[in-house]
Amino acid sequence: MSNTFDRRQFLKNTTLTLTGTALPITMVELAFAKSSDNFNFAYISDSHIQQIKGNNFVRNWDRGLLRAVAETNLLTPKPDFIIFGGDLAQMGSKPELDHGAEMLSKLHGKVYHVMGEHDYYLDLGEYWSKLFGKHYYSFDHKGVHFVVLNSIITYDDWTFNKWPTAQQRMAEMAGLDNPNGSPFMVGDKQRDWLKKDLAKVKKDTPVIVFSHSPLQKIYKGWNFWTEDAEAVQALLAPFDKVTVFYGHVHQIQYNQIGNIAFTSAMATAWPWPYPQAYAQAQQLLPKLTVQMNRADPFFERDATGWQFIDVATGRASVNYNLYNNATRTVAFDAQEGHPKDSGYQAVEKRIPPQTHY
Amino acid sequence: MKLLINSCAAVLLLASSNLMADEFTKNDLERWDGQFQAVVKDGRALWTSAELGKNGVVCAQCHPNAANTHPETYPKFQKQLGKVANLWEMVNWCLRNPLEGEPLKADDPRMTALLTYIAWERRGVKLEPGKH
Repeated sequence: MSNTFDRRQFLKNTTLTLTGTALPITMVELAFAKSSDNFNFAYISDSHIQQIKGNNFVRNWDRGLLRAVAETNLLTPKPDFIIFGGDLAQMGSKPELDHGAEMLSKLHGKVYHVMGEHDYYLDLGEYWSKLFGKHYYSFDHKGVHFVVLNSIITYDDWTFNKWPTAQQRMAEMAGLDNPNGSPFMVGDKQRDWLKKDLAKVKKDTPVIVFSHSPLQKIYKGWNFWTEDAEAVQALLAPFDKVTVFYGHVHQIQYNQIGNIAFTSAMATAWPWPYPQAYAQAQQLLPKLTVQMNRADPFFERDATGWQFIDVATGRASVNYNLYNNATRTVAFDAQEGHPKDSGYQAVEKRIPPQTHY
Repeated sequence: MKLLINSCAAVLLLASSNLMADEFTKNDLERWDGQFQAVVKDGRALWTSAELGKNGVVCAQCHPNAANTHPETYPKFQKQLGKVANLWEMVNWCLRNPLEGEPLKADDPRMTALLTYIAWERRGVKLEPGKH
């Protein structure tokens, strides 16, 4: 009781400068010259709700999402809306999506959903659509154009011809390191839609894109990858200020490609190793990214956490709040033209747990 | 006569096995590698098997390609256990906790397969026992 009360008070007292706590969501504030145009929103991702049997679900992953939802509801000021970044389910089944949707239904506010591969490959997003709506769409909110893409589709031959059952197709795509998987992409049809959608938007309007996969090429072996990333980036290139938020990678990543700042979200379920931890693979982790501390498995929620993001003049400053580690702040540096960690960017400032091997 | 033949055969056998004691053939190498790779394959199958634990969670969910298991650092002082531990003890920790299952004996063929797969995915990395 007193814990709940303390936390609520703490959240109210600290509002936008939360430190030393850990909410497994992403809080976003966009700041403009006119304070009436400022707003914030929350971002929860990668919950991987996994059915064991009947009404029995993997406790660990349930707890990650329950905590995210409960703490989002304590935020003051109340976020304008919430984004769920995809992979609500583990095997895309109706019971998993229903159970996840039920937990998310406790959120106070509108939730926008992003499609993840774990939600999609059982029935190609059919049941997900019944619950959450369109696979890709856009909306405007207080001067910012938001785009939500379904970036986890793949080659038709893989999707439609390769697997004898939908269950096997889902299982093959669910294995991150499965060599039978297939690269993610946005695809021609959706890129045509995006082109038309962006044609209506002024070039000085800040654009924020949500995708599940990175919209950049990091490591193909684990699908930290979008096959047509360059083509999508080209459509975003004419805009002054573009930010891409993505899930899927279960870890802190950030990057700058041209005018586009990329920032990942952490998972509520479990963290992933950085691709360089796999000794047999070449990968291209963005050089800018200072890695998060190595996860301690004995702390069940370690290396899951949330981000508090505020965007001044259309550029993001991201505070990563981790459950069992110090807060990280990654802010867009206007002079250098890319996101930068406020504490650890310089090599000599990094701490031993940030060394991965 | 029969005895003599047997003795000769025994001498010949001895002689030939002495000759071969420190040699092995291409066939040997292929066989041994085949045996090893079969166990790597078993280990990979277990790594992605929902049967290993009791809640359907598989090793590969958190450790794709056995990454972040760093076998080259074991044995090491495992701060969470408060003692120097072997990698198989950490595998059992995972079986009990995230997989909500039962631990395996250190010499269980399934444990051997898991450790073999982990080591194979980490091949080429230098040994650094005790490293953190």
